[in-house]
Amino acid sequence: MNTKVTIAGVTLSNPVMTASGTFGSGMEYSDFVDLNRLGAVVTKGVANVPWQGNPTPRVAETYGGMLNAIGLQNPGIDVFVERDIPFLQKYDTKIIVNVCGKTVKDYVEVVERLADEPVDMLEINVSCPNVKEGAIAFGQKPESLYDITSQIKKKAKQPVIMKLSPNVTDIAEMARAAEAAGADALSMINTITGMKIDIHRRKFALANKTGGLSGPAIKPVAVRMVYQASHAVKIPIIGMGGIANAEDAIEFLLAGASAVAVGAMNFVNPYAAVEVVEGIEAYMERYGIEDVTELIGAVEER
Amino acid sequence: MDSQTARKKKVEATIVSQKQIAEQIYDLWLETELAQDAHAGQFVAVYPKNAATLLPRPISICEVDREQCRLRLVYRIAGKGTAEFSVYGSGDTLEILGVLGNGFPIEAAKDKRVFLMGGGIGIPPMLELAKELDADKHILLGYRNQDLFLQDDLGENGQVYIATEDGSVGVHGNVMDIIRVNALEADLIMACGPMPMLRAIKQYAAEKGIDAYISLEERMACGVGACLGCVCRTKEVDHHSHVHNARICTDGPVFEAREVDI
Repeated sequence: MNTKVTIAGVTLSNPVMTASGTFGSGMEYSDFVDLNRLGAVVTKGVANVPWQGNPTPRVAETYGGMLNAIGLQNPGIDVFVERDIPFLQKYDTKIIVNVCGKTVKDYVEVVERLADEPVDMLEINVSCPNVKEGAIAFGQKPESLYDITSQIKKKAKQPVIMKLSPNVTDIAEMARAAEAAGADALSMINTITGMKIDIHRRKFALANKTGGLSGPAIKPVAVRMVYQASHAVKIPIIGMGGIANAEDAIEFLLAGASAVAVGAMNFVNPYAAVEVVEGIEAYMERYGIEDVTELIGAVEER
Repeated sequence: MDSQTARKKKVEATIVSQKQIAEQIYDLWLETELAQDAHAGQFVAVYPKNAATLLPRPISICEVDREQCRLRLVYRIAGKGTAEFSVYGSGDTLEILGVLGNGFPIEAAKDKRVFLMGGGIGIPPMLELAKELDADKHILLGYRNQDLFLQDDLGENGQVYIATEDGSVGVHGNVMDIIRVNALEADLIMACGPMPMLRAIKQYAAEKGIDAYISLEERMACGVGACLGCVCRTKEVDHHSHVHNARICTDGPVFEAREVDI
């Protein structure tokens, strides 16, 4: 049975990753999961300098999901390179570093700093809805997405994954803009902007007022967007949004994703990512599927 | 304080007993292997079974019975998750994640005069703390009204003083009023309770030039230090993100009062 998938020339032992921001750099979850079993670890977003993040409360539960407005708190690239990359190198998994910035220059600085590091791919965060500058500001118009993608591609030594926002009118248009600018792959979806109000205190549940919705509640939106984008572009797509188990992951593969990531559900089930790996294998066995790539985009159109 | 942290696990715990002990306050005993590694001031996260309420609820450990592998949680119904927990009874199971966080530094209190200060639903962790501390213990408890809980268990482990907001029992006021009215003195404070109480304790400790360890709470998601949801402002740069935001779930919940900006 083959569970390997290749994305932009990088071969993963299986199509299961962790979604950025839900798994740190793997340290916190290494108590629960064998990181060697994961196709890749996608790190929490890292900027050129440390970021403080937003005031608390930063998280709020919603029906079948959660809102977060962490605001990309991170230690900056220097600490990340010294501490997090060596930690991940101890494991037989691919390292995908999520990069964030306030300006194009910030992104490029991180990308250049990572050029000679043992990093397999870069995931560019142009879709975090919780920061005032940067991130989603680059990911909601095709022209801005095209511009930042092409500037990053000029400097990047590793394959570039553009992480797309669902907070757009036409996801296919965004996917095409990233592909046209040279993106090697796409990941989607980031969180959906939402809001929660505490009616007893008449206050916003989050200090930031708005936050990003994740969890099972958003899965149908994510599956739909992966399907639409996969028909718009030829580059591979990493699908995510509420994946809790192998059934969910397979749905994304059938919709057109070449790989998947487990996000908020790591918080609910810290063993989830490896359970998805095992569940995909069990599904392949059950249906006599020799190669996991047979599942990619294999939903029947009629 | 990282030395206290054992390998974290998500396990199924069996309810030994559960009863209501005050308005909205429930007393739950769980049988779980996690009891072996649990200490005063640490917490577990309890999962609702309802899939619409996804996130585990962080609940402080009230008492540990290592011999019988049992943990006691005393919690208040604060929303849908805890309301769900309150209906379960003996023989039912709950999934829990633990043991989480760093507890109170027990050694720091040895042979000292210590105030154990609990306010409201911050009272439960004071019980295991009182049992573990080898010190001269003054236990200061603040309640809203005469609907008291855990005061007898605590009384077996030290001198208990009570304050109520409405004056129905003990000192009229809060835990700070207990100190004033009884002219109490201490070398060290360990506390858990609402933020205004913790702020008053921080200020009092600074004025007296004594150490205070306070247990903080915040909305949490993962409980294990990955999501960076539950941070608090710190005086020094934190070791994880190198900003001034420590993670309450893993760097705390117990902090030295002078280390945190609350």
